[in-house]
Amino acid sequence: MSYSWNWGVFLEETPEGGVYYWELIVSGLGWTLAVSVLAWLIALSLGTVVGTVRTTRSRGLVLLGDAWVELFRNIPLLVQMFLWYFVMPELIPPLKRWIVRVDPTYAQFIAAVLCLGLFTSARIAEQVRAGIQSLPRGQRDAAAALGLTTLQAYRHVLLPMALRIVIPPLTSEAMNLIKNSSIALTIGLAELTFRAREMGEYTFSFFEAFSAATIIYVAIAMTANRAMAWVERRVAVPGFMGRGGR
Amino acid sequence: MDLDFGVVGGALPYLWKGFRYTVELTVTAAAGGLFFGTLLALARLSSLRSLSLAAAGYVNLMRSVPLVLVIFWFFFLVPLMLQGITGAERPPQVGAERTALLTFVLFEAAYFCEIMRAGIQSIPKGQLHSAYALGLSYAQAMRLVILPQALRNMLPVLLTQVIVLFQDTSLVYVISATDFVGAAAKIAQRDSRLVEMYLFVAIVYFVLCFTLSRLVKRLQSRLAVVR
Repeated sequence: MSYSWNWGVFLEETPEGGVYYWELIVSGLGWTLAVSVLAWLIALSLGTVVGTVRTTRSRGLVLLGDAWVELFRNIPLLVQMFLWYFVMPELIPPLKRWIVRVDPTYAQFIAAVLCLGLFTSARIAEQVRAGIQSLPRGQRDAAAALGLTTLQAYRHVLLPMALRIVIPPLTSEAMNLIKNSSIALTIGLAELTFRAREMGEYTFSFFEAFSAATIIYVAIAMTANRAMAWVERRVAVPGFMGRGGR
Repeated sequence: MDLDFGVVGGALPYLWKGFRYTVELTVTAAAGGLFFGTLLALARLSSLRSLSLAAAGYVNLMRSVPLVLVIFWFFFLVPLMLQGITGAERPPQVGAERTALLTFVLFEAAYFCEIMRAGIQSIPKGQLHSAYALGLSYAQAMRLVILPQALRNMLPVLLTQVIVLFQDTSLVYVISATDFVGAAAKIAQRDSRLVEMYLFVAIVYFVLCFTLSRLVKRLQSRLAVVR
């Protein structure tokens, strides 16, 4: 292997001038985090609703929830990204007229957030459903015996327990989401991986650029892991098996 | 908006070529990934600390980096590695398609490793002890007793991972390899028929993956009854 490393490249200016390569990488990280956070909010709220609905006794709602999960789970994320960014505006003319007028970054950002948010919501729905179904039958029955309505039973009894149970799988979903946000580079969004490749193309220091991105992704994964372990400990219910992550 | 799905019909031979590559990539990555993943799992469970630490490091690194970034890494690394091995004057031209094969085998190995590790750990310790008591060596005990059971227990999970892999291979698009999506994207851009091509691709993937995951679910319930 013959490759001469040049770590000083991060302190050089980009061809546009006035901007250094390390700033390019940091701005990419900013987009990665922005997309991930917004998509996570969508995914968590929609996923909880869809997952809950799939455990109700209404057949219509269950079918709808199942269809939601299957739809987003069986099409590659890359293709979904293309559908949101290239196909959706063609099917909705007013949207198309708006996109032509504004900065393409807006359209890329919104498409990426919606795509990742809905894709992840299907995965969270699956976890939430499993969480609710893992609760002993007695919990639902006891809630009913106390005179709670279905809505109250979910709100006060089932969901508070189920959401705690699903914290560990949700941690890996959060990390998957951050990794998946790199697919937004295919529609031109200048997130972390996009910027790393761009820097490689300008400077031919591909491995320095990719190393920087790799270190940042690993650092994010480790931070997310710690953060969720902290949340898990904070919300642990005394007397139950889960004592929170290490 | 006027849709013209006739464009798909004209592109079918080219799309079929791309689809064949997608399947080839999936099968290679699944077989190679399972083979190396099993070795990695055995390494992770090994009592040799340095070996298990090295395997754990590899698996955790691969699992915390986006696949797109891994594809880029190997796209530039593989020619250099081959140059290092062969001692050639200049890095050899490998091509996106062949680089992708290697990338997916090495990447999937990390994911299959975790599945196989769970599978091996699901086997009661007594099985290993009785294998040793029968005079089997470590390699024989693993090959003849532990791994067949682990594989069987994990079959539904492994197959689900293959379906995920089948979808993930579409990401070779980022190094311009002509897989199913890559072929569709090239036709879509040539004919300016993005809506028709991408909808067609989405429907094909959906039908295939939905059917396959149904079959896996049926297999799972049958295995559950047997045990």
